[in-house]
Amino acid sequence: MAEFRLPKNSVVQKGKTFQAPEGAKNTKRFLIYRWDPSTGENPRTDTYELDLDSCGPMVLDAVLKIKNEVDPTLSFRRSCREGVCGSCAMNIDGTNTLACTKAISDIKGDVKIYPLPHMPVIKDLVPDLTNFYAQYAAIKPWMWTQSTPPPDRERLQSKEDRAKLDGLYECILCASCSTSCPSYWWNGDRYLGPAALLQAYRWIADSRDESTGERLDELEDPFRLFRCHTIMNCTNTCPKGLNPGKAIGEIKRMIAMRAL
Amino acid sequence: MSMRAPLAQVRGHGSAKSGAHHWWAQRLSAIALVPLLLWFIASLISVATADYATAMEWVRSPYNSALLILLLGALFYHAQLGMQVVLEDYISTPWLQVTSIVLVRFLALLLAIVAIVAVLRIALGG
Repeated sequence: MAEFRLPKNSVVQKGKTFQAPEGAKNTKRFLIYRWDPSTGENPRTDTYELDLDSCGPMVLDAVLKIKNEVDPTLSFRRSCREGVCGSCAMNIDGTNTLACTKAISDIKGDVKIYPLPHMPVIKDLVPDLTNFYAQYAAIKPWMWTQSTPPPDRERLQSKEDRAKLDGLYECILCASCSTSCPSYWWNGDRYLGPAALLQAYRWIADSRDESTGERLDELEDPFRLFRCHTIMNCTNTCPKGLNPGKAIGEIKRMIAMRAL
Repeated sequence: MSMRAPLAQVRGHGSAKSGAHHWWAQRLSAIALVPLLLWFIASLISVATADYATAMEWVRSPYNSALLILLLGALFYHAQLGMQVVLEDYISTPWLQVTSIVLVRFLALLLAIVAIVAVLRIALGG
């Protein structure tokens, strides 16, 4: 059966509290999921009180401040700090999003930070995305042509056809959408998930790609594609404002129409 | 721990190359059920308060028995399609998943045939 309860060794316990420095006036509490595989202990949530007067505006600034000044054992991924790399995706205030583009001031009360849901955890806020990346590779994310390229120029694309990729090419593969999807939670081993399917549609929609049929063949599967039940958590959570639900709907429509 | 390459794991046994039929069947049966159920509920309001003979006469009318059979067919077919998806979603033990899907299909078929035979007996029986 699908598991609705955490296994015993995954039950999150209350952890340590790190108080704000003395004299801090503008404090906020950050409750962060911690798990270290080397200790054999259950995960816990540690509480960090930060002085916001000496902290940057975004959640990533706070997490970095904790790592640099309070607790260097905290592990997380980050790189660009401006929403284009997708490394710092985590569950903040109940929603998957990028820590670098989520403002602390947008969160009422304590800031709760967990790793992306239902993924194996490597340590603290670092999930294991091996399967997620393999799913991206499986949709063949490159131009798949049948003709030989013209010898004297690139494969051209009209402005109108290029515009069809808007809302698709911006995906940074942060995994926020896929890990927010219940279908992906229960059947992530066989369902490709919204991120990989949006990427698949990005190539189906590309006027220069010549293998739409082959791509649809690969996707037409009760699990790979049709496990999507249009729950729309993906579109709701996307930190880039994209609409994976619509892209999946387009793929389903194309497969349904060619079967008619 | 599996040493299998992640890509091999994801590619698995390949695409089943099916799903479009299920998608169409679920939607068409859903669309058919809307007018059928509206007609059925509207008819029940008058038939349920009438006496036994009037109710039998109502079922016996060709249009009513035909629509009743369509309703029962669409209903159990749609229910079976939906139940299959639910079972695939929530039961991850393979033998249990297959067994329950097969049982639901048999049960839906049995109930549909029993119900349709009941309508036919009234419609055709003297």
